[in-house]
Amino acid sequence: MTPGPAVLESRALTVRHGDTVAVDAVDLAITPGSRTAIMGPSGSGKSTLVHALAGVVRPGSGEVWFEDERLDLLSEAERSRRRLARMGMVFQFGDLVPELTLVENVMLPLQVLGEKARAARERALEMLDALGVAELADRRTGAVSGGQVQRAAVARALVHRPAVVLADEPTGALDSLTAERVLDAMVAVTAAAGAALVVVTHDHVVASHLDDLVVVRDGRVAEGAVA
Amino acid sequence: MSAALPLLALLEQEPAHGYTLKQRYDDRFSRTRPLAFGQVYAALSRFETKGWAELAEVEVVDGPERKRYRITEDGVEAITEWVYTPQQPTEFAMSNLYTRVSVALTSGRSAAEVLDRQRVQHLARMRELTQERKTATPAAQLAITYELAHLDADLRWIEEAGTRLEDLR
Repeated sequence: MTPGPAVLESRALTVRHGDTVAVDAVDLAITPGSRTAIMGPSGSGKSTLVHALAGVVRPGSGEVWFEDERLDLLSEAERSRRRLARMGMVFQFGDLVPELTLVENVMLPLQVLGEKARAARERALEMLDALGVAELADRRTGAVSGGQVQRAAVARALVHRPAVVLADEPTGALDSLTAERVLDAMVAVTAAAGAALVVVTHDHVVASHLDDLVVVRDGRVAEGAVA
Repeated sequence: MSAALPLLALLEQEPAHGYTLKQRYDDRFSRTRPLAFGQVYAALSRFETKGWAELAEVEVVDGPERKRYRITEDGVEAITEWVYTPQQPTEFAMSNLYTRVSVALTSGRSAAEVLDRQRVQHLARMRELTQERKTATPAAQLAITYELAHLDADLRWIEEAGTRLEDLR
């Protein structure tokens, strides 16, 4: 791990699903601008870990610190506001709104945060351009390829200048060449924005684009597997 | 695979001196198998003996004579055969890890840690290659992608082994 104060950190983070312990006393520090891959077999708890870091899931015990604040102590509405304002999320299947065009999708976070439509559109177009899909801005998601949808999803995750981007299998639904290109773009744009990037993946090729590796096994960070 | 056939394949493109052939080789193949000048000249004389190449001309420019070689029909055939013969997949690259995991399992050491450490090594190499590939020539990109794919396959085995450790104990 890169030294320095963490932007996002878990301390003895534990999440239970009923009787099963999905995440078991995990200490993890994400430093500003770092790029971390979280890997592990399916069911190892890696996605739950990221959801807990994002404040989507509330931990059973332990702490989640985000920008010097205890995320786990906040109400669901407050956690959601922090996430919306300061985090970017990317999922396997873009999760864009199909009724909207790419640029309208990318504008959404800004508009929810109170930005005026014109400024939001300008900024959204800038992001789509950085990800190489500006010329598709006025198309709907159904009229572009899977790789292009993911590029727009990355643009949406970064448009409001978040401190951290959390991505769960962001290229899992793409062929390997498209996946690498989307990933390269995501890493470059995140780096340019100075945001930290955390990618959950089962794919080592994806992990090889990132600097740090955290392996999760049975809900714990595996010893000797942090590099 | 010896370096001889790739060399011969370069000679097939156009007749060459040992020196130019070595340069062409370095541009294309030195990543997978580096080659010394001596090996190039030894290969050329072996090609001549086998009838795969022949002397095209001898130039004398300011001193030592330079021999230019060209490929023969037999040489072209040798390349064709080599190119179309599939390689046997081998498990030698991973056999050392396999052995160490087995020893760990039977000696009460942590096989998971053996795997984790190897994974870190593999991924470090993959990171280097991924970085290198961005600025590599198209030919080098192919060689790098080949190595990446193999490392990825090794890592899949490491994952698989990791999830089966409980059953193996």
